[in-house]
Order: sequence, then C-alpha cells, then structure tokens
Amino acid sequence: MLHRFANPTRFLRLAAAMQPWMAALTGVMLAFGLYFGLFDSPGDYQQGESVRIMYVHVPSAWMALLCYTALAGSCAVSLIWKHPLADVAARATAPIGAWFTFLALVTGSLWGKPMWGTWWVWDARLTSVLILFFLYLGYMALDNAFDDPGRGARASSILALVGFVNVPIIKFSVDWWNTLHQPASVIKMGGSAIHPSMLMPLLLMGVGFTSYYFWVLLIRIRGEICANKVRSLRLRQVHEQPSADDLSEEAS
Amino acid sequence: MDTLLTFLNMGGYGDFIWPAYVIVTIVLAGLLISSRRFVKAAEAELGSIKQPHQRGRREVGDET
Repeated sequence: MLHRFANPTRFLRLAAAMQPWMAALTGVMLAFGLYFGLFDSPGDYQQGESVRIMYVHVPSAWMALLCYTALAGSCAVSLIWKHPLADVAARATAPIGAWFTFLALVTGSLWGKPMWGTWWVWDARLTSVLILFFLYLGYMALDNAFDDPGRGARASSILALVGFVNVPIIKFSVDWWNTLHQPASVIKMGGSAIHPSMLMPLLLMGVGFTSYYFWVLLIRIRGEICANKVRSLRLRQVHEQPSADDLSEEAS
Repeated sequence: MDTLLTFLNMGGYGDFIWPAYVIVTIVLAGLLISSRRFVKAAEAELGSIKQPHQRGRREVGDET
C-alpha cells in the first residue's frame, strides 16, 4: 500500500484529489475554533482573557513538534531506503515546521509578558524550542549548501536525525526541570486538566492547524517534484549539448 | 460600540492577544501564498524546458 503511493506520479494524482478536502477542513475547523476560542469560551480564573493566546500558541507548538517528527521520519526513510519521495517530503516539511516553531516562540512571548512579566526567559522549555527552531534552519541551510542535491540531502538528514533527540527533551522539559512554563495539561495521567469549554476550541484549532499543515505540505511536495524534474532535465540538456572540445575536434 | 471596545480590550490583555492572532494569520497566509507561487514557478519552468526538448525530439523523429 505504502509502496503504491510512494510512486511520485501516483502520489501527485492522490495529492491533487486531497487538496480541496484539506483546504475545506482547514477553513471549517479554524472558523469554528476561532469562534469558540474568541467569543464562546470563558476566561481563565487566574490568567483572565490572556488565556485566549493559548488557542494559537499551543497548536503552533504541537505542529512544531509534529513537523519535526515527520521531518526526522522522512530523513530516516531517505537514508535507509533512499526513496526520492522521502527526500522531497522532508524538504517540503522543513519550512512549514520552522514557521510553526517561530509562531510558538512569538505567541509564547506575547503570552509570557503579561503572565510572567518578561518576554523571554532562558528556561528549559523555551530554550529547547529555540534550539528546535535553529535545527530547522540548520537543516534547510545544509540541504542547500551542496552543488550535488544528493550529498546535501544526506548531510541534512543526518543532522535532522541527530536533532530528533531534542523532541522528547522539549516534551518532558517541564517535568525534568523547574521551569516558568506550565506543565502538561491537555494530555496527562488522570485526564485532561482543562475544562471542556476551553478544550473544545483548542482541539478544533489543533485539527485546523494539522489539516493546514497537510494542505501546504501537499502543495510544496508538488513544487519540489517539479523542481527535481527541472533539475534533471537541465542536467540532461547539458549532457546532450556537444562540448567545445567535441566541436573543435569535428572542425579539425 | 462599547460592547465592541470591551471585546477588543480583552480585559486589558488586547495589546498581547490581537498581535498574536495577527502574526499567526500573516504567517499562515504568507506561507500558503508563497507555497502556491513556488509550485506555479516550478511548473512554468518545467513547461518551458519540456517544450523545446519535445520539439527537438519530434524534429529528430521527422528526419528518420
């Protein structure tokens, strides 16, 4: 089944069919999530109305981790089975994940100022998320640093896999160290600590952000496949053109 | 009008909440638009390379 859709042509057909559904799901989920999050959910008993930043901050942070997991998974498939579609998926995921991480940092900072009295603090959760952002940037820089795309993909895949150690560190940082950041409250032993009136918009926004990710991912994968075809056609053209030496030999 | 101002004020946290929502909207919309432009540019380039390539092949085929 996986091999069937790992064929780029078949994948492109499937992606074209899925894109409108992903766009519709994103629109509907974000519309409902924003309505309940901004108009029809209570303020927090301690944090007041500032808790509404949670509805964009938490889904951004979830997506930052999900995208990096997808990136590391694609890089592992690329390194082990050398499947070209895995390289393409990794390259398409990286900028989306980097932007979600940026959003998690910025919205977190905007939430931190009124609640903690500071825009930034070098605690374990914030620092490990900042490292995640640099890992994304490092992956993209390394991927583009080589003339040979194959070598770039190999080097950046190794970096992404090594950097995956940061994902559990981010998740458990609030348990392992004393941090200003609050501990896990949505998924925890003994059930969620969030009231359903706040949990519902949060989950709606989470589903909306996830479908947005798959929507943009499908678009970017199509672009990356096209860019790969352009590269290989240009290379073929260069090889087919007679070199200056060949022409001078023919002339003599 | 007062209701709207109270809503926008968000209990005194409006200066932090609205910038967060605006930045998220700008980034997500910008990423979607730039991704679509990236695909269109790649498809246009592919089309422009393929056409002379295919024409060249047809001409070679005509000679034989």
